[in-house]
Amino acid sequence: MCSGRVDLDLIFKAFEVGHDGVLIGGCKLNECNYATQGNYDALGNTYIGRNILARVGLNPERLAIEFMSGGEGNRLAEVVNGFSEKVKKLGPLGQAEGVRQEELRGALAAVRRLTPYLRLVEREKLRVPVRSEEAYHRFFASDEVNRLFDEVIGGTLTIGRILSLLREKPLSTSEISGILDLSPSDVARHMNTASRHGWVKYDLDSKRYSLPLARSRNDLEGVGHGHGEH
Amino acid sequence: MVEVSRHPNIEVLSYSEVTRVEGTVGDFRVSLTRKPRYIQEDICTGCATCVKYCPKESPDLFNRQMSPGKAVHVYFSQAIPLVAYIDENCLELTEGKCDICRGVCQNKAIDFRQTAETMELKVGTIILSAGTAPFDPAAVEEYGYGRMRNVVTSMDFERLLSSTGPHQGRILRASDRKHPRKLAWIQCVGSRRVTLLRGEAPPLPSSVAGRAKEDAAGMNREKEGALRSADPSDARRRASRFEGFRRYSREAPPLLSSVARRAEEDGAGSLTPGENSYCSAVCCAYTQKQVILTKEHEAEAECTVFHNDIRAMGKDFERYYQRAAQLPGVRFIRSYPVIAREVAESRNVVVRYATPDDGVKEEEFDMVVLSVGLKPPADHRTLAGTFGIELDAHGFCKTSPGSPMETTRPGIFVSGGWQGPIDIPESVFGASGAGAQSGEVLGYRRGKLARERIYPPEKDVAGEQPRIGVFVCHCGANISSVVNVPSTVEYARTLPNVVHAQQQLFSCANNAIKEIRELVAEKGLNRVVIAACSPRTLEALFRDTLREAGLNQYFCEMANIREQCSWVHSKQKEEATRKAKDIIRMSVARAAHLEPLQEFDLPVRKTTLVVGGGIAGMTCALSIARQGYPVHLVEKSRELGGMARRIHTTLEGMDVQAYVEDLIQSIYKNPLVHVSHGATIKSVSGYVGNFTTVVESEGRTREIKHGASIIAIGADVYRPTEYLYGKNESVVTHLELGEKIAKRDESVLHAKSVVMIQCVGCRNEDRNYCSRVCCSHAIKNALKLKEINPGMSVTILYRDMRTYGLKEDFYREAADKDVTFIQYDPADTPQVEAAVNEAGTPCVRVRVADPILGVRLELDADLLSLAAAVIPSSHTKEIAGLFKVTLSPDGFFKEAHVKLRPVEFAAAGVYLCGMAHYPKHIDETIKQAYGAAGRAMTLLAHDTVVASGSVCEVKERDCVSCGACMTACAYDAIEFRDTFGGKKARVNPILCKGDGLCCTKCPTGAIKMKHFTQEALLSQIGAAVAGG
Repeated sequence: MCSGRVDLDLIFKAFEVGHDGVLIGGCKLNECNYATQGNYDALGNTYIGRNILARVGLNPERLAIEFMSGGEGNRLAEVVNGFSEKVKKLGPLGQAEGVRQEELRGALAAVRRLTPYLRLVEREKLRVPVRSEEAYHRFFASDEVNRLFDEVIGGTLTIGRILSLLREKPLSTSEISGILDLSPSDVARHMNTASRHGWVKYDLDSKRYSLPLARSRNDLEGVGHGHGEH
Repeated sequence: MVEVSRHPNIEVLSYSEVTRVEGTVGDFRVSLTRKPRYIQEDICTGCATCVKYCPKESPDLFNRQMSPGKAVHVYFSQAIPLVAYIDENCLELTEGKCDICRGVCQNKAIDFRQTAETMELKVGTIILSAGTAPFDPAAVEEYGYGRMRNVVTSMDFERLLSSTGPHQGRILRASDRKHPRKLAWIQCVGSRRVTLLRGEAPPLPSSVAGRAKEDAAGMNREKEGALRSADPSDARRRASRFEGFRRYSREAPPLLSSVARRAEEDGAGSLTPGENSYCSAVCCAYTQKQVILTKEHEAEAECTVFHNDIRAMGKDFERYYQRAAQLPGVRFIRSYPVIAREVAESRNVVVRYATPDDGVKEEEFDMVVLSVGLKPPADHRTLAGTFGIELDAHGFCKTSPGSPMETTRPGIFVSGGWQGPIDIPESVFGASGAGAQSGEVLGYRRGKLARERIYPPEKDVAGEQPRIGVFVCHCGANISSVVNVPSTVEYARTLPNVVHAQQQLFSCANNAIKEIRELVAEKGLNRVVIAACSPRTLEALFRDTLREAGLNQYFCEMANIREQCSWVHSKQKEEATRKAKDIIRMSVARAAHLEPLQEFDLPVRKTTLVVGGGIAGMTCALSIARQGYPVHLVEKSRELGGMARRIHTTLEGMDVQAYVEDLIQSIYKNPLVHVSHGATIKSVSGYVGNFTTVVESEGRTREIKHGASIIAIGADVYRPTEYLYGKNESVVTHLELGEKIAKRDESVLHAKSVVMIQCVGCRNEDRNYCSRVCCSHAIKNALKLKEINPGMSVTILYRDMRTYGLKEDFYREAADKDVTFIQYDPADTPQVEAAVNEAGTPCVRVRVADPILGVRLELDADLLSLAAAVIPSSHTKEIAGLFKVTLSPDGFFKEAHVKLRPVEFAAAGVYLCGMAHYPKHIDETIKQAYGAAGRAMTLLAHDTVVASGSVCEVKERDCVSCGACMTACAYDAIEFRDTFGGKKARVNPILCKGDGLCCTKCPTGAIKMKHFTQEALLSQIGAAVAGG
């Protein structure tokens, strides 16, 4: 199994079950154990994962990747010790960043549900043409890619997070904007999109949004699918 | 190494020496002495507890004595066999008053009564792979090695860089344990006959004295701003700078015969230190690697490399050199330096060197690395005597260019560094090639002694609930001295699906293996978790154990509580025990999701298709046919021979035409080789073991079914657009000059002056690689010209002379015969125009700047010969598309791994040899061709090819045919297939290598990787937190 096999679903599962940091270990770049150079995919995933962490209010430093060879046991120990120290300093996930537990849970679940969509985005927009560490760094640090993240992932992720909240109980626009620290007009815009897809329904009497019955139990697999208009 | 140790048909006899070889090819009797380890190899588990308790220090030879070792130790952590040995410093052996190790070894493996054993083996052929020895600079006082603590060899430095080295990967100075900030590398230490002139300005490298035509007056007529005065003293300066080299040459003429004579006079046989005339061929590249790694360790480090020619003649080496040279704080300085002195207080090392611009200067460095060369193995004379083989003048095995693996004794072959100084890929060519040549001798009794394991039929446990057995290993005291093993066993019993848990002293010991087998039957276990060491070494053993117990081998799961737990937390026993429980819990969670997987056998067609009928293709085809398997040889032109048809001799004097003619005759005479001339390949389908290729040849189309494919389509020669080529008939390529020489052409016989320009069409922006063969080619032609007319003026304009390895001797010979070498700057290439010389005859006038004299020279040449680049064959892309293989950035075929798998493609069953891979000399081509034959035989010799069970699979219902998985697969293992539900992706399990990258690309999760399924991994991650 290649480090490139470690996808966002696995990474965010680890955060979901309560880990405060995730470290991916891969072969040295350009010294692929296969012919695939999949460690670059792992590097790309890490950049995407860190961007998403930042978007849900978590410290992106909680996700890291290190490249080393199978003969470098000492280096592995050093890297793991260093990372453990760093994560200890960062403190418990969410708590240290001031993200409430229920919101954190919702956000992480939303990210995991978004994995299929993120795969599409990665293929269409986030594939780095040159396989070098520097090219990856430049690509993911560029304003253009950040804008792309805003456009393509930002909205979908926010809807996902709102849906996570609605799974717990129906909420009004102002309640949602309060929990997620969004402007009511933004919430309204997202809810508009979500209603159009039939992911939420609006109850005129209570003035609250809730999930359609079938959705509240299922995994909300639809989010992300056929969602190219964002 | 692990693969070798696990192979049922390879027996490893370590710590043994061959004492006598009798008999002849096909029937050798080899006597061996097995030295006593004082440890029973079959009982020792390599746990290294004895090492911990041994009170006697002994040098750690693997770390080059830079870290403390013990008298009982494992040579290095990945040693095969992973077994300790006791050396001569042991207190029990020397004084008989210590047997602590015997007391602490829980497996009772220590045995001081062992004595040397002799044994006799009966073998058909012998392959010598005795390797090389590094040059020891201690014997040459000027290097300061041993005297100055901060002068190290490149071998020492290699260990310093290693994370298992003396300072865990930190580069520290021996004198004060500080990180060196300013490092220097000195190249060619022990190679290319470096002569150190104490106290005097060192000579500039490689441009060798000798004069062509120096026309100072003509120079002054030039309007070039960069002109410097052509002071005659420059000529004197030039002469005096080469004094060292000259004097040396007179004392010991550098011809092979003289080296041989000296070697004989030495008595001991080896050359005296500092006197290896050849180039070690690997040091330029390894130094660049060390510079890059040093900069990775410490970004601020200043690295300076003092070098002679940069010999970046290997595949991708030119780019690698540029990468190193372009790093900030890295300088490459072309100069022979002298180690002047050590600074008393700081222990820094002062290096004195000269450059054309600045003259002589001194510079202080924190550490100096001597890039030591390669020598024949230490005891090569004795070895040669034992095996009855002859050596060349340098002490390497004597072979012929036509058969570079055959020694002078039939049936004994050589591979690796004892062939001569070579890099890893050439070592691999030779190793596989020696295998193929052995196969030619012994093919008729192939398989007679082969051993195969027999397993009981597999139990079907499909309907059963998971019944997991957990075995926690003490590993002697390795695990149990830190982790509370009984407590982890208790804990394991509480985990879901666990029906049995127990501890074992050594799970890998024979009795423990038996116990596991029995308990599988007794308790009806259908999953087994071994909590012990890393799966890297022993997973194969435990999988085997399950097979022997009648369970599918993929029901085995290892929990690494040694390397990743007890070894790294030796001081935190409680936390380590908790972590061991976490790891076991995760493994148990994953084990419940394991599925039985089938490794399936595919039939292999015993026929091979070889594409290309040059030396590479013919040699390869013939070797396979001689091992008894049919070959189809497909050649695009009307006759066999390829590029070699145009080459008449090699530098070493091989008669190429006679060799090729002989090869062609052998091809036609061999009933198993079927040749298609004038052929084109129309289509290729299938996969390893089962290819179908449609070939059109001489008006007929036919279908060839074959198991292996070999690509040997060769390369083309660049047609220069530079230097009046094609416009002036006195301008030719080296290949054309060689043909003219062979034909005794008038233009050659009457030439008074010949100029050669190197690197035409490569080492530039368009082709950023070195064509490897041209420098030797130029020297070969120059020597031939000097043979025709010793008075002929021959001048070679070069960038770096790359006569690597043993070819260096010929470079020196050319210099001795007054061939002039002038280095030119790629930014200021030679200028060529048609002119009339002093005698009034037409000539080609070449203007070039001479960096040593600091003047521009004008050379009137009767013939100008260009080192035209070797470029990929025009058919490369087409062939790559047909066989679904990839190309390197330079347009040559891309091998599976540039160092370790240089004769095969990532696509299984397709192999590569000759110039199609990269430019190379004829002897190297022959080696690689045998190498490709050897690799192909490992496939053809089996009736079936086994495909791993851990491969990817598409759930067709969920596939939306987006093709995302295909973009991720480097093996072309996924293709679309028409089904009732439309176009669906399908994985060919034979081609899939199980990296699982496709799974992370599939937006619907339709593709899954067996054994590492999403469910299994998620459950493992979930179990990482108790109750998670």
